[in-house]
Amino acid sequence: MNAQQINQQTLLKDEKDPLTHTPVHLLSLDKIGKHYGNVIALRDVTMAVDNGRVTCVLGDNGAGKSTLIKIIAGLHQHDEGSFKIMGEERKLGSPREALDAGIATVYQDLAVVPLMPIWRNFFLGSELTTGWGPFKSMDVQKMKDITLKELAEMGIDLRDVEQPIGQLSGGERQCVAIARAVYFGAKVLILDEPTAALGVKQSGVVLRYILQARDRGLGVIFITHNPHHAFPVGDRFLLLKRGKSIGYYDKKDITLDELTAQMAGGAELAELAHELEQLGGHTEALKEVQAEVAGVADAAAESNTKRH
Amino acid sequence: MANAVLTATSDERVSTRNPLQKLLVRPEIGALVGAVVLFVFFSAIAPVFLQPNSLATVLYGSSTIGIMAVGVALLMIGGEFDLSTGVAVITSALSASMFSWYFSVNIWVGVLFALLISLGIGFINGWILVKTKLPSFIVTLATFLMLAGLNLGLTRMIGGAVATPSISSIDGFDAAKAIFASSVNIAGIEVNVTVFIWIGLVAVASWVLLRTKVGNWIFAAGGDANAARAVGVPVTKTKIGLFMAVGFCGWILGMHNLFAFNTVQSGEGVGNEFLYIIAAVIGGCLLTGGYGSAVGGAIGAFIFGMANKGIVYAQWNPDWFKFFLGLMLLLATIVNLIVKRRAESK
Repeated sequence: MNAQQINQQTLLKDEKDPLTHTPVHLLSLDKIGKHYGNVIALRDVTMAVDNGRVTCVLGDNGAGKSTLIKIIAGLHQHDEGSFKIMGEERKLGSPREALDAGIATVYQDLAVVPLMPIWRNFFLGSELTTGWGPFKSMDVQKMKDITLKELAEMGIDLRDVEQPIGQLSGGERQCVAIARAVYFGAKVLILDEPTAALGVKQSGVVLRYILQARDRGLGVIFITHNPHHAFPVGDRFLLLKRGKSIGYYDKKDITLDELTAQMAGGAELAELAHELEQLGGHTEALKEVQAEVAGVADAAAESNTKRH
Repeated sequence: MANAVLTATSDERVSTRNPLQKLLVRPEIGALVGAVVLFVFFSAIAPVFLQPNSLATVLYGSSTIGIMAVGVALLMIGGEFDLSTGVAVITSALSASMFSWYFSVNIWVGVLFALLISLGIGFINGWILVKTKLPSFIVTLATFLMLAGLNLGLTRMIGGAVATPSISSIDGFDAAKAIFASSVNIAGIEVNVTVFIWIGLVAVASWVLLRTKVGNWIFAAGGDANAARAVGVPVTKTKIGLFMAVGFCGWILGMHNLFAFNTVQSGEGVGNEFLYIIAAVIGGCLLTGGYGSAVGGAIGAFIFGMANKGIVYAQWNPDWFKFFLGLMLLLATIVNLIVKRRAESK
């Protein structure tokens, strides 16, 4: 579980993608780094996104997931490394530029305006207009119809597109945001912790929409801290810790247990076991943690041997 | 959730909203109720109030607040507010008057110069706001103080007095007066032209707000600027544009003041900014942005006009007006709040 021990041979650097065998990725990041003043938020992160594939970015709080997607979404600019869209080196100056390049982001806080009706939110920033010159107005009826139809196609059954979007549940809002991105021809869909605030059932619904988006040919970047959500839908997994990449795997090279083990962090568990031991008394809890440590160590060893 | 049958006509989760309830969720409903109550009240205690000439006077009083309230309401929906509007109106009038007088040019040159100044003040307010990310309270308070000082200082420096010289003899005065400060005879009643300008502005603002993409951006910029930016809304341009729209409204009112009275007192305007904000708030605009309507601002201004003139018609001491205004503000906003919560929870 030592970050230094993990070499990055599996990274898709200047190689053909083992999954699609195409020389050019939809998106490719190579040794991307970003610092805010003297704080290094991200360094040496390498990953790729392709059509019809889900790339999962896993990491705990503060691992640099948000910084990474902000760079891809055009909210921040990277300081190091190269960021290519369709093989072309780019630095995105604004979210608008990212959208024009086909990169749509569904944010953790959903990027919807709660007081505005669903249809206005659906078309926000990309309104349909009719008419000419200064008399150009929004095509309200058409926008409402499309909103209802697109949401129905994603399997979202809504009551009334005129109601403020703030009245929808978290899962429903998430789905509206995904449907919006799909409708506006996104090639890459970034989902920032879409399941973080949701219950088990609602998470399942969102995961299904991720697969639907994938099946429509989108490249999906799925950011989460839950390996149980990432593993069933993901094709590639990038693990981040304290702003650094601690592993980048194809699905065939890793199991759910190994992924969980990498995420859990064996060192932290060992420390917890040690503390419990010193406190004394908590025998049962201690046993459980020790078993966990052993499991993590096994899984880590396994994944190390696999990669060499 | 996805398995539920999608039928547009009947869904067990949708209780049909009756038209009354639909009306109740409108932002301006509180103001509308207030306006009706006030109208009935003054009609009952002061019969003069209902005479056509009195109504025309009430409308004129409302329009001088309402013209600014249109811009201020849009700005508040866009999530900002402007404390410099009161003195900016005077700045605009002073610019037109002093420029034409000093350079001895046609008054229209001065009018255009004033338009540039007004739009410029709006632009500077907006630009400083988006660049520094300071609250609009601070930025526009600073502009307010600076403009108030400039109005007094420059007027005395250039003209040597606290008021501008009369401009009624300058070329183009009559034409400009006809546009900004004349009155139109409708069935024997003199209605000031500002009433029509006001109604026109409200109509344009409502159309922009509800039927154009810029309107969508205004709601979004005020409702959640970060979310709006993330989906590609040009939030900074929208906000700067809103401040410039306020500037434009200030220019119209400034020109009206100038051509109605021929001369401008350089110390005027202080305190009026609150009247415009009050009109917008009574009309249902949220102080936090993202919610409100142009029509609401107009109703707010009308309430102001009715209270202002109604007290005179009822032969009360006008000293009571401010108290009355404060009470209206409090009641209207409380009604707005209650009605909105009720309507949304259903």
